[in-house]
Amino acid sequence: MGAVIDNFDVFAGGFWLTLQLCILAAIGALVIGAVIAVFRISPVPPLRAIGTGYVTVFRNVPLTIVFFFSAFALPALGSNANFLRIPGLEQIFTRLSIDLPYFRFAIIALSLYTGAFVCEALRAGINAVPTGQAEAARAIGLTFGQNLRFVVLPQAWKAAIVPLGSVIIAMIKNSALAGFFGVVGDLSNSGYALITVRGEPTIPVMIGISIGFLIMTVPLGILLDRIEKRRAVAR
Amino acid sequence: MADDKALIVLDKVNKWFGPLHVLQDVDLSVARGEVVVVIGPSGSGKSTLCRAINRLEPINSGTIVFDGQELPAEGKGLAKLRSEVGMVFQSFNLFAHKTILQNVMLGPLKVRREKPSVVRDRAMGLLDRVGIASQAEKYPAQLSGGQQQRVAIARALAMQPKALLFDEPTSALDPEMVGEVLDVMTSLAKDGMTMVVVTHEMGFARHAANRVVFMADGQLVEEAAPSEFFANPKSERAKDFLSKILTH
Repeated sequence: MGAVIDNFDVFAGGFWLTLQLCILAAIGALVIGAVIAVFRISPVPPLRAIGTGYVTVFRNVPLTIVFFFSAFALPALGSNANFLRIPGLEQIFTRLSIDLPYFRFAIIALSLYTGAFVCEALRAGINAVPTGQAEAARAIGLTFGQNLRFVVLPQAWKAAIVPLGSVIIAMIKNSALAGFFGVVGDLSNSGYALITVRGEPTIPVMIGISIGFLIMTVPLGILLDRIEKRRAVAR
Repeated sequence: MADDKALIVLDKVNKWFGPLHVLQDVDLSVARGEVVVVIGPSGSGKSTLCRAINRLEPINSGTIVFDGQELPAEGKGLAKLRSEVGMVFQSFNLFAHKTILQNVMLGPLKVRREKPSVVRDRAMGLLDRVGIASQAEKYPAQLSGGQQQRVAIARALAMQPKALLFDEPTSALDPEMVGEVLDVMTSLAKDGMTMVVVTHEMGFARHAANRVVFMADGQLVEEAAPSEFFANPKSERAKDFLSKILTH
């Protein structure tokens, strides 16, 4: 394991960049997923169609293809995804503001893809709320939006949190693809560079990368187990 | 009764669930302050009728007029109309994540945008009226069925509705809790609240109703004052129904 210890700074740097990518993509996926979920249950048929179409496309296309289009089609269309240079966010996540757009493209690809799964997890939570709750809310005159905000979503959240966590864990692991679509210096790309450029032995480096991902995913899994246990007791 | 006094008017209302014709040319008029009890065998369409009045079930043809205005389509107009028609469900449907007091206050706060202090006073007054004021900070799951249903009535009353719809309000209750809910309903009827009550409680129909409506197979078969209906049912269906429920 000398390859890991000697190159600890490389792994730490890669870990930090992957963590940034995951945090930003998770925020993006949760926002997109929530919007699409509202579309899918809305009383307006065109919105429902958009929601269903979105989920059908992004849930069924391989992530590699989504990354490919994000990294090659967006620049061809003339976009550098500069809308992601959000003031305030830029100061914490400095990669957002560099000229090379591939970090931003990776956020877009991961967010769009994971958003479809977030939507379905949220919808499962919404479906777990008894229909009588929404009916009673409508009966006292709450509008569709108020019904969601005050009655349905606060209850759906509890049923959705564990499946949502699984979706985010899957997203963290999926982020390993980013290094193969132009992102420089994330966990997988740094490890790959150690092997190909510096000639470090493959297996220890791969184990090092795995440890990096486990540091992010295992605590999340433990947290979810805790939440689930607490809910079981509350019931 | 004169139509200009009527609060709820159903005219030739039809409703299908797939091939099942659950409401067949139903005409019904409910006057202000009137208590109409709808009875009939299971599957006769009486719950659907009740739910159609605030459009929880959309109808396929015919018209429903509430307070001089035809029911609007889905949207803000419908939400406003629903806020003026209280509804009490068989399974209570109290908001499970909110306390009893929050359940009663939600509508006036969010739909009417009234002042919280005013709403709180009115809500506590209503909870006191239905005998649950001491449980205001508990959650629905901590209350008995009868208590939950009384809270549901208070929640509907908090909107100061022009009419109340009851969809089998005692059918999910243990027998010893039926009385406490019927007591609240009887006192509302005495106070002049306009009520449409779908129920199997014949005792309530006898002493609290102004009129009994008997439904079978999606049709409104017979309507009469309760004393008249229970003593001399005219249709064969009503005679058959009454003989079955009154023999035990």
